[in-house]
Amino acid sequence: MVPTHYYLILSAILFGLGTVAFVFRRNIITIFMSIELMLNAVNLAFVAFSQAWNRLDGQVFVLFVIVVAAAEAAVGLGIIILIARIRRSLNVERVDLLKL
Amino acid sequence: MSAPIIIFFVLAVMAALGAISLIVQKHPIHSALSLIVVMVALAGLYLLMGAEFVAAVQIIVYGGAIMVLFVLVIMLLNAGVEERTNFSKMATFGGIPLALALLVAIAGAVVGGHGSVQAATQSGATAPTKQLAGLLFQEFVYPFELTSFLILIAILGAIVLAQREKI
Repeated sequence: MVPTHYYLILSAILFGLGTVAFVFRRNIITIFMSIELMLNAVNLAFVAFSQAWNRLDGQVFVLFVIVVAAAEAAVGLGIIILIARIRRSLNVERVDLLKL
Repeated sequence: MSAPIIIFFVLAVMAALGAISLIVQKHPIHSALSLIVVMVALAGLYLLMGAEFVAAVQIIVYGGAIMVLFVLVIMLLNAGVEERTNFSKMATFGGIPLALALLVAIAGAVVGGHGSVQAATQSGATAPTKQLAGLLFQEFVYPFELTSFLILIAILGAIVLAQREKI
């Protein structure tokens, strides 16, 4: 039996690495993948708490998070294809129409 | 050290190395493959926690569907090695301190708060997938139906966004 806080520490590490990737990367697809990494870290925390309290509600929430992630991936990749077609670049620095 | 602890550490190191690899790889397709490693390791951790159905869904939906979509888009757009640009002043003076503050807040919550979690009971549920189905289709049936609407709207949105000419 692995203690629950081991899972929580791993979840925090993965979430932090996802945040770092989100901030430091410039490719829009990689930024999108780092969002998926953060969602995965949250899922790990949900399942860990579900196991700790011996209730299955957390696993139901994980299924909902996965559904939202799938919908987000479909729409987000459509937006990425549009940006790549209009800007001819995947660099987020080039998408600065709202910048002063 | 018992066997579950050893399996946990193997999978945890695999997940953490995959996440670090996602950050340091220059090419997006390498980052995508690193993310697949993280997802498979997390599916193993779910199996270790006795969440078989979530592990299967993780492999099928994340490893199968979402990552195939990512790899397809990377190849479709012919994404190359990303170009480095200089940080803006806002990122240097605002972003990095805020990222450190977030790290400290999460670390504080994890280190300070695990006493109450450890008091929980051992996992001894029988046939958790059956119970999960009961919970999903009885107590959470309205959110479940809402997710089907969400999927439908996402399909429509993806088609509208990705079409080449207006119909």
